[in-house]
Amino acid sequence: MIWEWIVEPLQYDFMVRALATTVIAAVVCAVLSCWLVLVGWSLMGDAVSHAVLPGVVLAYVFGAPFAIGALVFGFLAVGLIGLIRGTSRVKEDAAIGIVFTTLFALGLVMISVTPSQTDLNHIIFGNILGVSDADLLQIAILAAISFGVLVVKRRDLTLYAFDPTHAFAIGLSPRMLGALLLGVLALTSVVALQVVGVVLVVAMLIIPGATAYLLTDRFGRMLVIAPVLSAACSVVGIYLSYWIDAASGGLVVVVQGCVFALVYLFSPRQGVIGRRVRRGAAARARS
Amino acid sequence: MSAIEVRGATVRYGDVLALDDVSLTVEAGRVTGLIGMNGSGKSTLFKTILGLVRPACGTVTIDGHDPASARRRGLVGYVPQSEDVDWTFPVSVRDVVMMGRYGRQGVLRRARAEDRDAVDEALERVELTALADRQIGQLSGGQRKRAFVARGIAQGAGILLLDEPFAGVDKRSEATIVRLLRELAASGSTVLVSTHDLHALPELADEAALLLRRVLFHGTVAEALEPANLARAFGLEAS
Repeated sequence: MIWEWIVEPLQYDFMVRALATTVIAAVVCAVLSCWLVLVGWSLMGDAVSHAVLPGVVLAYVFGAPFAIGALVFGFLAVGLIGLIRGTSRVKEDAAIGIVFTTLFALGLVMISVTPSQTDLNHIIFGNILGVSDADLLQIAILAAISFGVLVVKRRDLTLYAFDPTHAFAIGLSPRMLGALLLGVLALTSVVALQVVGVVLVVAMLIIPGATAYLLTDRFGRMLVIAPVLSAACSVVGIYLSYWIDAASGGLVVVVQGCVFALVYLFSPRQGVIGRRVRRGAAARARS
Repeated sequence: MSAIEVRGATVRYGDVLALDDVSLTVEAGRVTGLIGMNGSGKSTLFKTILGLVRPACGTVTIDGHDPASARRRGLVGYVPQSEDVDWTFPVSVRDVVMMGRYGRQGVLRRARAEDRDAVDEALERVELTALADRQIGQLSGGQRKRAFVARGIAQGAGILLLDEPFAGVDKRSEATIVRLLRELAASGSTVLVSTHDLHALPELADEAALLLRRVLFHGTVAEALEPANLARAFGLEAS
């Protein structure tokens, strides 16, 4: 019974591709999210993942790789945010809000005037069930690059997140490390937006890291817990969407949110209820 | 040879003059106290020494090197103010001390045997060996400071800058930190401590400089603590 539940969808190629794509995107997003939540870049993740839209549309129009367009607009967005914050009295959160919504809106306008065979609206809401073999290959390559950079630079990025002044004091460049993280963020956004769409990318870039952060005091363990949880949530989400015939991207994110809620409540160390249970047990042990 | 030589450094943040023609020579093998009230420019002076802030004019020399080459050589260890650190960050005490070794490691920052030895030795020196695997925020205020001093020791930094190390630290830990810094100075390190906590000063420092955007006084601790000098440093008119 359960076996059929699992196997039946796999007889469709589009479901196999959907599962593969989602797991790849979930893993690389989750690894990146560990740093994003610790640096405090959640809002920046939201901004960059939206702001890449015009870049992706332009890349589509000129037949260039999506990643190039996304990188250009990702950095452009962050540059504009910094410019507004640094040269006016507008605070950072407002600067982020202005820049990313404007760029996102520009993307929407560009989509509305771009004649295309494929539906560019899929970029906004994701089209996981329509992923082609070529899409899957592109996603796998981009994900591998992001993942590789993150793994090689993991200790430097953690130092950057924890104590950029020390990084500077021993001759590293916090500015370069920040730019590197940003580049990976733009690249990873391209991977994720094909799965859940621009609107929901930020969920995959924040929830796994935040969930793992509530489960452990070791960064190394976060880097394992986040991708494993995220991949599992994604698979469950895709299966649910098959069986209840509902939006797959949306379900992936809803499942992740539910797991976060459970961890928030029941994590042994950090959970709201878990902490109480532990304290109660400790009190009983004393008496 | 003087360990840190600041000459005529002027730093402006927009219209605000943070440092005004500051010259300060810090000798090796001594503990120097940098005294001033909040906003007197202590942190800015530290940032200028590290090279995080570039002075509009003036120069900084560290063991005969300019700040950039001093950083590449890992000459300067920095112990940040408590409020500048995210104490919920998922790193252990040992992880933090190991970060002192990154400048000497390969691209992957993979720890070799010598790195692990240096970290163990530094932890022992600051008496945190038993707490090495705790998450950094689970330490007391004084232990946290010692963890960061250990990072500087593991780094092999001959020069240590400590920004307000006694803020939020209980008396016993303060005494431990003072003893530790005295030992480091006795073994040849240069220690520059910014503080507005005056009563620890006579035991801690060999000399003191009073800062209020400019160096008002630099000499013995006893002289620095004379009411007339303090009144100027803390912006009060001597009565």
